[in-house]
Amino acid sequence: MNRKDIDNELLILKKKIRNLKEKINLGGKEKTEEIEPLIDEMNKRVENLRAVSNKMRAIDVVRLARHPKRPTTLNYIKYIVRDFMELHGDRRFADDKAIVGGIGYIDNIPVTIIGHQKGRNTKDNLKRHFGMAHPEGYRKALRLMEQAERFGRPIINLIDTPGAYPGIGAEERGQSEAIAYNLYKMSGLKTPIISIITGEGGSGGALALGVADRVYMLSNTIYSVISPEGCAAILWKDATKSDEAAESLKLTAPSLLEFGIIDDIIDEPGEGAHTNHEETAKRIKKYILNSIEELKKENPMELTEKRYNKFRKIGVYIEDMPKDPLINGE
Amino acid sequence: MSKLFIKCPKCQTTHFVSFLKRAYYVCSKCSYHFRLDAPTRVKILCDKGSFREFDANLKSLDPLMFPKYKEKLETAVKKTKQNEAVITGFCKIGGSGTTIGVMDPRFIMASMGSVVGEKITRQLEYSLNENIPAIIVVSSGGARMQEGIFSLMQMAKTSAAVKRLNDAGLPLFTVLTDPTTGGVTASFAMLGDIIIAEPDALIGFAGPRVIQQTIGQKLPKGFQKSEFLLEHGMVDMIVERKDLKTVLAKLLKLHKQDEGRRGVK
Repeated sequence: MNRKDIDNELLILKKKIRNLKEKINLGGKEKTEEIEPLIDEMNKRVENLRAVSNKMRAIDVVRLARHPKRPTTLNYIKYIVRDFMELHGDRRFADDKAIVGGIGYIDNIPVTIIGHQKGRNTKDNLKRHFGMAHPEGYRKALRLMEQAERFGRPIINLIDTPGAYPGIGAEERGQSEAIAYNLYKMSGLKTPIISIITGEGGSGGALALGVADRVYMLSNTIYSVISPEGCAAILWKDATKSDEAAESLKLTAPSLLEFGIIDDIIDEPGEGAHTNHEETAKRIKKYILNSIEELKKENPMELTEKRYNKFRKIGVYIEDMPKDPLINGE
Repeated sequence: MSKLFIKCPKCQTTHFVSFLKRAYYVCSKCSYHFRLDAPTRVKILCDKGSFREFDANLKSLDPLMFPKYKEKLETAVKKTKQNEAVITGFCKIGGSGTTIGVMDPRFIMASMGSVVGEKITRQLEYSLNENIPAIIVVSSGGARMQEGIFSLMQMAKTSAAVKRLNDAGLPLFTVLTDPTTGGVTASFAMLGDIIIAEPDALIGFAGPRVIQQTIGQKLPKGFQKSEFLLEHGMVDMIVERKDLKTVLAKLLKLHKQDEGRRGVK
């Protein structure tokens, strides 16, 4: 049974339950006694199906988020941005092809748009490092974002990366510093930032484009502190247990919406974004335009204050009655 | 460290614990810097009697209901007699007031979950309100996987708090000790206005094993060690543990605000 079958059966069951309930409303007491057990039974079935569907979902979504035919940042730009001009380089070391960025118009609004770029085939992917950026990629992104701030353009970030590139050069040139500095700077940029996760939101490499006023996820994407494979390798010393890990990490859009990490979920058409690039782009565009409309009403001080508070309040903990605090480390 | 003897993990020399203690837990033979728990570090760095702890009552929950996380927390609390992997507070170093955060590698490898992020952020906010610098002694395995996305977001939260501190003209000094890796390196650790590293500490973003698997070749000698980072311009200085307090005291003194420029408390 795949996800679609489950969804279909759920729909049918819900319809049946609704019909039965109507019958109760129409009929008398005897009818109620007759029908209620039937409804209970169906509700149980619904719960079971939901459990199965949730169980399937995480790893299924991981696969969809990584689907090789999913639209990439440059695909979206083609559909969304008019007169796009790609801008290159971090002015420090190189032009990282794992992140693309540039300027253009969405409708008639000048914007800066930046995103991770995965390849379509192996050759392309080697050039793009599978969308895993080096420090120069994050520094290019920041350069373009600061430029956007200077000239009063909103910033759109499309996030789709397995994570920051793990390599010798990346470490030598300060991978940690590059990511940290983006988080630091983005928290104070005085122009609207809208980030959309379009595929994989992999850890620090994703967050480096993710400190935004609005954060959205497409419905079949993930956002996580670690890949399910990495998590399984650490937790169970077994990378093949990634489905369990995916489940445990709660990395799908509905969980993140529930946690208050993202602002909304953008529904993908049909079986997923890969089945209809143009329609997916259209839906993303609608969210971008609405967000710009909302955010442009705020003055820069309000904007950064709200952005700060958005991230400031994230965290789950309890504050017990004060126990004896440490004094002088004893 | 309640034993009588302890072996150096690097050169295998056996030390009297009492001697080692007097030597700031540095091996006299090979100068290996033992990993320190947070209370010991506080004792070594802060002026006697000056440390006042903040937020000791913050406790982690298990928002993801992650497998075995609750047990892991309980064990760590029992082992360290602390609620979490960082101790924060106010102290004086060489007579200058500062806030200080010290991470404790005994507590789930000092990984950063909601509480670590919250305590560090509150420490920085305290510095901001009281107009004093902040020091963070870092050691960490990175973000705490068991708290999933909440851990990741602590990177953004703490980094934004450093920005606010800096915007008010106040400095953050970070001391990177063995090991400083992952999401903690890629947030407040590398955002120090002045970054100090202890000798021979592992400091990086991706773990050496992950990098080795990705590139499929041997890593250069000394890769991701303090000396390597200094060479590549990523830290300001390497300071031996015995000199750390003196260096921090000097930095605090030099950064003292003169009364004309800002109100000093």
